[in-house]
Amino acid sequence: MLTFVDTVADAVAGIKDGSTVMIGGFGNAGQPFELIDALMDCGAKDLTVVNNNAGQGDQGLALLIKEGRVKKMICSFPRQSDSWHFDAKFHAGEIELELVPQGNLAERIRAAGAGIGGFFTPTGYGTMLAEGKETRIIDGRGQVFETPILADVALIKALKADGVGNLVYRKTARNFGPIMAAAAKHTVVQVSEIVPTGGLDPENVVTPGIYVNSIVKVA
Amino acid sequence: MSAQTNSQASIQTSDKPLGRDQLAELVARDIAPGSFVNLGIGQPTLVSNYLKPEQNITLHTENGMLGMGPEAVGDDIDGDLINAGKIPVTELPGASYFHHADSFAIMRGGHLDICVLGAFQVSATGDLANWHTGAPDAIPAVGGAMDLATGAKDVFVMMTLLTRDGASKIVDACTYPLTGVGCVTRVYTDKAVFLTGPDGVTVRETFGCTFEELQELVPVPLKSAAAVAL
Repeated sequence: MLTFVDTVADAVAGIKDGSTVMIGGFGNAGQPFELIDALMDCGAKDLTVVNNNAGQGDQGLALLIKEGRVKKMICSFPRQSDSWHFDAKFHAGEIELELVPQGNLAERIRAAGAGIGGFFTPTGYGTMLAEGKETRIIDGRGQVFETPILADVALIKALKADGVGNLVYRKTARNFGPIMAAAAKHTVVQVSEIVPTGGLDPENVVTPGIYVNSIVKVA
Repeated sequence: MSAQTNSQASIQTSDKPLGRDQLAELVARDIAPGSFVNLGIGQPTLVSNYLKPEQNITLHTENGMLGMGPEAVGDDIDGDLINAGKIPVTELPGASYFHHADSFAIMRGGHLDICVLGAFQVSATGDLANWHTGAPDAIPAVGGAMDLATGAKDVFVMMTLLTRDGASKIVDACTYPLTGVGCVTRVYTDKAVFLTGPDGVTVRETFGCTFEELQELVPVPLKSAAAVAL
């Protein structure tokens, strides 16, 4: 069921300790900073977080990691010039890392949302990221079996929502939003604008409202 | 670059090793008109400075865009429009945006003609090592490197031939963790262009050294394109 909530605190209320939380964004583009701040304030801990990166600078996901709320990161590119909070936790042995090639990350999220139990892909074949995984030769190419990533909650950012939860995004801030929306049991979206139902051209809707549970407008 | 004519079989095309920008210009010139191309972070990004409009090249960025334009400056900087290196960029007419699974399907489905990547090492059979030094205290970060390496039709590598210690980065077998197996088709270095594949390494041209001098530096058997042509 879709609800429109007034505050980001209401939007993240109910996220429990130990949840798997997908957070949209690639770098800072599309990262739902206000929802992440609310997640910080709500106190949930022992989280498994799925994001392409592991936080940058002193904001958003980086702060959640700094405060010790994240038990495990599933991501493709944790190491950046300003990922110092993740770096410190990692070197201290205080955070678990599941490193996933970015295309596998995206496809595993997509698979979860599409009800696919797993898939074979050449990406990573013959590398240390395929160690311990089932492999097959398909059409003459070595391929690795990858499993879906499901989440309890997805926190994503879109540009606009209409009254039934249809979403449109903006430029490269779209990134993981549409696939995470489908892969979580409960999807929370922060938007810049809510338009009346009928206010989005159906031909241009990127995420249909069926995937969306909670919407909050952020100034 | 001045062609040497002292020997019919010479493949030396420059008196000096190529600088980073000269190398980027050469890679840009070698990209076939109409290609869809992904340029990796770092040195490969320089290639975009030398693509000519008449080549009609479309640039892909892994975070969900085709038709990427040059780096954004001034008022054009928009936090929602960045490239894989998280640098603000611009969009060209005909650009399109798509979500991450679609963006990687473009790579993984074999739709990109060329990707250009940096490397730590390339093996004689085209294995690529470019994502992790394997050092115990290093935080590994792979990003889209493995998807690009296995998905693009052609994988070009740009790198210096030698490490700071003078060791060849073209090796018999990679000692760094692999990114992909048998995926590299060409290696552009300051001293030579190498064609790699199941049949070994062929040198297309050399810069600032002869084929024989190059062979002294590289610990795998090299073939000269001139000899192959003869």
